[in-house]
Amino acid sequence: MTDLRTTYLGLDLRSPIVASAGPLTRELETAQRLEAAGAGAIVLPSLFEEEIVHEEVDLSYALEAGSEHFPEALEYFPRFPEVDSVLDRYLASIGELKDALDIPVIASLNATTTGGWIRYAELLANAGADAIELNLYRLAADPEQGATDIEARDLRLIADVVGAVDLPVAVKLAPYYTAMANFARQVAAAGAQGLVLFNRFYQPDLDLETRDVVPRIDLSEPWELRLPLRWIAILRPVLDPAVSLAATSGVHSGGDVVKALLVGADVAMTTSSLLRRGPEHLATLEAELRAWMTDHQYESVHQLRGSVSTATSDDPAAFERANYLRTLHSWITPSSLTATYPTSG
Amino acid sequence: MAEPTGVSAPPSGEFVCLDGNEAAARVAYALSEVIAIYPITPASPMGESADDWMAAARPNLWGVVPEVIEMQSEAGAAGALHGALQRGALGTTFTSSQGLLLMIPNMFKIAGELTPAVIHVAARTVATHALSIFGDHSDVMHARTTGWAMLAASSVQEAHDLALVAHAASLRSRVPFLHFFDGFRTSHEVDKIAVLADDDLRALLPGDDVLAFRSRAMTPDAPVVRGTAQNPDVFFQAREAANPFYLAAPAIVQDVMDHFGERTGRHYRLVEYVGAPDAERVVVLMGSGIGAAEEAVEALAAAGEPVGLLKVRLYRPFPAEQLVAALPPTVRSIAVLDRTKEPGALGEPLYLDVVAALDEACDRQPGPFAERPRVVGGRYGLASKEFTPAMVRSVLDELGPDRPRRHFTVGIYDDVTHLSLEVDREFRTTRPDGEVQAMFFGLGADGTVGANKASVKIIGESTDLWAQGYFVYDSKKSGSVTVSHLRFGPRPIRSTYLVEDADFVACHQFGLMERMPVLARAKRGATFLLNSPYGPDEVWDRLTRDMQQAIVDKEIELWVIDANRLAREVGMGNRINTMMQPCFFQLAGVLPADEAIDRIKQSVEKAYGHRGRTIVERNFAAIDRSLAELRRVEVPARVTSDRSAALPIPSAAPDFVKRVTARLIAGEGDLLPVSALPVDGTFPTGTAAYEKRAIAQEIPIWDPDICIDCGKCAIVCPHATIRMKVYEPGVLEGAPDTFLSKSFRSKDIQGYNLTIQVAPDDCTGCGVCVDVCPAKSKTEVRHKAINMEPVLEHRDRERVNWDFFRSIPPLARDLLPHDSVKGSQALEPLFEFSGACSGCGETPYIKLVTQLFGDRMVVANATGCSSIYGANLPTTPYTVDHAGRGPAWNNSLFEDNAEFGLGMRLGLEAQTKLARLLLGRLAPVVGDDLAGSILDAEQDTEPQVRAQRARIARLVSALGGLDDTDARHLRAVAGALNRQGVWIIGGDGWAYDIGFGGLDHVLTSGRNVNILVLDTEVYSNTGGQASKATPRGAVAKFAASGKDATKKDLGAIARAYGNVYVAQIAVGANDVQAVKALLEADAWPGPSLVIAYSTCIAHGIDMSKSMSHQKDAVKSGYWPLYRFQPTEAEGEHPFRLDSHKPSIAVHDFVSTEARYAILGRTHPERATRLASLVQADVDERWRYYEQLAAMERAVPHEPDPDVQPEVDSDAGYRYDEDSNP
Repeated sequence: MTDLRTTYLGLDLRSPIVASAGPLTRELETAQRLEAAGAGAIVLPSLFEEEIVHEEVDLSYALEAGSEHFPEALEYFPRFPEVDSVLDRYLASIGELKDALDIPVIASLNATTTGGWIRYAELLANAGADAIELNLYRLAADPEQGATDIEARDLRLIADVVGAVDLPVAVKLAPYYTAMANFARQVAAAGAQGLVLFNRFYQPDLDLETRDVVPRIDLSEPWELRLPLRWIAILRPVLDPAVSLAATSGVHSGGDVVKALLVGADVAMTTSSLLRRGPEHLATLEAELRAWMTDHQYESVHQLRGSVSTATSDDPAAFERANYLRTLHSWITPSSLTATYPTSG
Repeated sequence: MAEPTGVSAPPSGEFVCLDGNEAAARVAYALSEVIAIYPITPASPMGESADDWMAAARPNLWGVVPEVIEMQSEAGAAGALHGALQRGALGTTFTSSQGLLLMIPNMFKIAGELTPAVIHVAARTVATHALSIFGDHSDVMHARTTGWAMLAASSVQEAHDLALVAHAASLRSRVPFLHFFDGFRTSHEVDKIAVLADDDLRALLPGDDVLAFRSRAMTPDAPVVRGTAQNPDVFFQAREAANPFYLAAPAIVQDVMDHFGERTGRHYRLVEYVGAPDAERVVVLMGSGIGAAEEAVEALAAAGEPVGLLKVRLYRPFPAEQLVAALPPTVRSIAVLDRTKEPGALGEPLYLDVVAALDEACDRQPGPFAERPRVVGGRYGLASKEFTPAMVRSVLDELGPDRPRRHFTVGIYDDVTHLSLEVDREFRTTRPDGEVQAMFFGLGADGTVGANKASVKIIGESTDLWAQGYFVYDSKKSGSVTVSHLRFGPRPIRSTYLVEDADFVACHQFGLMERMPVLARAKRGATFLLNSPYGPDEVWDRLTRDMQQAIVDKEIELWVIDANRLAREVGMGNRINTMMQPCFFQLAGVLPADEAIDRIKQSVEKAYGHRGRTIVERNFAAIDRSLAELRRVEVPARVTSDRSAALPIPSAAPDFVKRVTARLIAGEGDLLPVSALPVDGTFPTGTAAYEKRAIAQEIPIWDPDICIDCGKCAIVCPHATIRMKVYEPGVLEGAPDTFLSKSFRSKDIQGYNLTIQVAPDDCTGCGVCVDVCPAKSKTEVRHKAINMEPVLEHRDRERVNWDFFRSIPPLARDLLPHDSVKGSQALEPLFEFSGACSGCGETPYIKLVTQLFGDRMVVANATGCSSIYGANLPTTPYTVDHAGRGPAWNNSLFEDNAEFGLGMRLGLEAQTKLARLLLGRLAPVVGDDLAGSILDAEQDTEPQVRAQRARIARLVSALGGLDDTDARHLRAVAGALNRQGVWIIGGDGWAYDIGFGGLDHVLTSGRNVNILVLDTEVYSNTGGQASKATPRGAVAKFAASGKDATKKDLGAIARAYGNVYVAQIAVGANDVQAVKALLEADAWPGPSLVIAYSTCIAHGIDMSKSMSHQKDAVKSGYWPLYRFQPTEAEGEHPFRLDSHKPSIAVHDFVSTEARYAILGRTHPERATRLASLVQADVDERWRYYEQLAAMERAVPHEPDPDVQPEVDSDAGYRYDEDSNP
């Protein structure tokens, strides 16, 4: 029997396939289906500090607008004794999921202020989360802020949160740090027990009729896995082996899971494939993973993990810059020649 | 002599700060099992509290959550109450004014059946020559014949205490009780009071009384019949059979009061005397005026004057014996003050009762008095007119001379019938040491009132001081000014009148000093806190001259803080209250600063803590920073400013505007003499244009280079402050240099110019026009054809431009077709600058109707928002065109508007018939050609209507020289030969609920009336209570946990009749369809009903995006657009669906509105369940409507009711000189 067990952030998981943040992990019913389909763990959608603030401010504005203006209508809404905030609902859902599931529940947090990071992290911990994923989702758009400023601030936040909670903390990064390998090492040094690679930025789009900027959320495509694959392959050997690595973005098939594990990920996270095909698709991923492992006579994930990183691959340079030319070359190669120069899709 | 009473006695129980409504509602809720409610100002908050408490599952005294149900009207509430009582459930309701009048038929029944019950009334003026929401006794006096006992509370504490006395005495006596207190002065005054504990309620309400009540319940187990019909043989005797209960009631009330006094230390009597034991002059009154009267009498008696006050608490059954016994035997003259007016009566009710009581008593031997006292009657305080100790002194002084006036008024200047007493306005009573009086001038939007209510609570509940807050709001819903009057002191506060000598004045908005005399009531040496963008070194030169003068003359200490900057910095927007409140505490010295800061933070935590930390922390940051920013200003010894207050009324204004309107605008209405006011409530229209409020911070500025001439900005503008004019270029000669113009693009006319112009002093800055503007710059998309820009940078220029724009003659009405946005917006609006909320969703429809038909329409307007912004003084927005024509407008009631409008139609038709008859008869005199052309004229199109108007003018002119009775009568009614439209306008509360019966009847009448329902899906004017237009899942007052039932499909009901034109429109979603529907409604010769989706502040949305919400409402299928035009033709599709198949989920629309979104936060599971039902409602209706649209239907109907009958000129009554019809 193939052994799928893995360890992530110090948590023992039955499988390396983790359902990542998305609508399916938010709802109890779908979370239970994910567990039944074999998820090793689930990561909740991010608790956004901005959303909390926005909702509280908007709500107060909406409930108070027009109040105390006119003698006949001193207010326009009933008096509500208790109002659930985004935070309340999030904390309640952690409790609900923890009660219903046996697999670990990882809370995810995206704050913008130091106070927010610590306060919310503590609340997530108290609510029963097994681990916290910090989502460092920030666009370096301020020309006054240099790379070192940004990195220093991020590291301080990580250290603050790690210091504030007893839970393991993973940090989800964007792929745009100037010196990724160096920064990854510093993140680990700041106390993070794992890295989640990478954050997908939702890119805005334009509406051609109105010329408005419109938000667009697209599900990931399989090709997007290649970025985390490269970086996990590079980072696995240079980080302390105790630091967990999670591959996320573009994990759509059992083969994608295999690739993630081969380059050194402890878990492969997926959302888009499950949204496209339903929570039960997770079982398919697991079956495909098992089938591949059986075909290739791997007995365990442990055995598989990291076997094609820059430390263990027979062509480590292939993960690095030199690879660029060949890839480019393969694109412009006339189709008649592709038989002798196979390209990967 | 009675014991001292009320609040000055040793109090018991917990002390809290409440207003009169909540004080009464707490008791009523605890002692009731069924509570039937309906909104009416100023009683609505009692029903709202009951509904809130039910939603929070608060139990009554017996551990059960009462059934709180909103009814369709007060008549319905009274009926439901009657039924609940008959079934043996303890019940109550709350009402006011017209609402009480609607309850009266059931009140007779409930009393006739000797059924214990209590109605709590916030007493309010009954509408007569005008509506007033304010307080007097004209409503409760109407109930005095119903057989209900009447108990009057004169303060917030009494509203609480006597509520219990009423419930207890009713159960004991079997007589139902009307418990009343003065609207606003008591219902909305916040006071520190001792609250009753459940044990107090239990002790006062013996179980035997409750069981006896239950034993009389209707039940099949012991059946009886009530409500029989009786004949002349027994009715009379049966009516007299109840006498013993009324005879016993006063003693029962006193017994309950005594028991109450033993328990609480607060002693009450049915009538109660205070003042000199040997008083010769006594004033008698009931209600809140007692507070002012008691202060005056105490002061005068202390100064040795033989004066006294008799407080009446039980008014029915009238306690004649107790009243006579309470008066000192030395009394020689008595003034009975009534807060109501009964035109034509010998005197007002309380006066007549006292006269009769004394007459009966003095007939006895020995008489109760040394000599028979003279009794006079006076009126005071109608519609919350101020009533002060100075006025009481005038009354007592009037009693001094040998021949006091028998009937007088006090508080006004009557130069017509000369009834008013002179008042020495400088008279003051002595204030207790340590009492602080404070006034705060703010805007509704800045949170001033909320902060002051919090301050009253902080001081009242956390110190030994007594506290009182009373709040004065203005008559506008946008940019409204609030003035808070606060008192704090070591003794209970009885001053039931506005602060007269403020120790502390705060002006929370710098601009307000230009609009009102902020320091007029500041006392010498007062402290003045000004929120100023200018620092201590700069501010003096920025003050108006009047302000500087007041500061110098009164030696006022001036402090400034830039609270707006601070508020922005801490993310509080325009809510500057949190910055101003600590400064008040610091300067007024009511509490030590540190303690005050802690208390303020606690109150913020209490108010916002349950909604999360963000608002709390921002408030804390504001509080922490405020004191450091407070600066004292070194006041120069002399006045240096030449700045004057706001814009003057132009000299060309009509005489009435200069004489009356201008004074009202200036806040000097109290000083107008009786002779200045119209005798019958008739006012000129078009006066809103004279009230330049200049309330916008930003106004829309036009860029003609980008404009595409679409007119969308103008059609959505709620205040008619962004206008479109099309004109010939020659008009521009003499235009100011800054005046902008562009060539007008149109397929209909060439060579014309266009200007889009803002009225800078009338715009409220809502931003709706900019939100809908579709034209964006090619190079910078955020720059549109109109853009909001700071008013200070543009005002002077735009004032000049606006004046020129106004002078441009309107485009001839036939040059552009009216059935487009552009074409309709080139027409002159005859509804402008109303006081509606900024961004109001209703007013664009009214404005559009006036553009299309304003010169030939009469309006019947239901009470509600549209009657308030439509006609609340000081100024009115309906106006006239260049020829002086415009909408004629009237408001009857809330419940009868459809009938009122139908009556207008019938009146018009009767006049048309008469005019045709007379014209036929006079044809040989005025010319057969003219008469024939008038009688045969078609008036289907606007040019035809105008041609007829010209013919009628010729007719009138021809009639002018005739000395003939027929001719004179025809001249009077000739206007009815011209086609006129009757528009019946109102909100959903009227159309769906209280006025539905009448509306339904009018729809079936077949008569040519146009009904415009401004559907905000909630009772907007009274503060957002649910109506039957409120959709499922929406949260509203009276539906605090989300409405269960689906929205009534009013259009479907109307369509079912077959002959009614019905349309559903939403101008923000499809403006062209809205224009077409209104044109079709006008053209339809029978009844038409247009239901207009009206975004409202009660939806919990950003009103600047109001039209985007309308768009989404339609896109989601939540608000389908359609037109139903009945037809007799075969194979037609009378139902035309004008909106597309839903393209977004209802959730995507409703989740952007707080009225829906909030439910997910208060009742998440219920919210999910209701949300899916709402989607199902919408899906199902869409499916049904799609089928309707495909349906062929021929609806047989009567011949066009507008077709005039053939005239037989020999028929009918002849007007001639020797018979007077």
